[in-house]
Amino acid sequence: MAPVTTVHYLVLSAALLLIGTVGVLTRRNIVIILMSIELILNAVNINLIAFSQHLKNMDGQIFAIFVITDAVAEAAVGLGILIALFRNKETVLADEIDLLKW
Amino acid sequence: MDTAFFYFFAVLVLGGAILTITRRSAIHSAICLIVSLIGVAGLYLLQKAEFLFAVQIILYIGGIMVLFLFVIMLVNLDEQAKERQFNGQWWIALICVAAVGFQVAYFLRKGAGAFQFANPSGAEPTAGNVEQIADRLFSEYLLPFEIASLLLLVAVVGSVVMAKKRI
Repeated sequence: MAPVTTVHYLVLSAALLLIGTVGVLTRRNIVIILMSIELILNAVNINLIAFSQHLKNMDGQIFAIFVITDAVAEAAVGLGILIALFRNKETVLADEIDLLKW
Repeated sequence: MDTAFFYFFAVLVLGGAILTITRRSAIHSAICLIVSLIGVAGLYLLQKAEFLFAVQIILYIGGIMVLFLFVIMLVNLDEQAKERQFNGQWWIALICVAAVGFQVAYFLRKGAGAFQFANPSGAEPTAGNVEQIADRLFSEYLLPFEIASLLLLVAVVGSVVMAKKRI
């Protein structure tokens, strides 16, 4: 088999990013939308690690740590909002939350 | 051997991701997402990022996914699982994503040759991965590190305020 190059990792991460984007745009359930956002952030991390290894530079791995920190903060706040929303509206479907829709 | 491992982990990542966004039940989605995250952790190990491998397992799978599972249990999803799972505009979303994917594929194909001249100039690292990360994180990236701790504090306070019934 041909050796794995950086381009392989980039193609994989692009595919993961597109799958995550499809999840965010098409699903109705907010829990699964938040999971798709995690997929997108993981695609970014794969990219950062691949370039870090390619350029023999540690900066990419440091950035990946910061991206993971952001993912944790985003998941905690997002799930808190979801619980507050479910308490008030009894739904977790994104297109039924239309208070601002005219 | 590395090639075989790469394709194995790539199948885990992409298969888990596709199942995550197509399953009806949120619990099944969460379990498929765990499979996908384990695949990403394996890719980190292949790229010699051992510290991030450990962080991925502990933080993502041990932390975030347990949080997700708790919320799925708190929020009653049984009625929602019987309803339509996709938006009315799903085909517009698919067209837009296909356009973006075409662009990305085109530029990856066109730019794949550009990676040769940027090939590593530095020597193989002498210190271990964790030592190197700690060295950079606590010298060059000290201020972003402190800002990240502030961000986590804000997130903790925010999620408690939002999930609590009465302050």
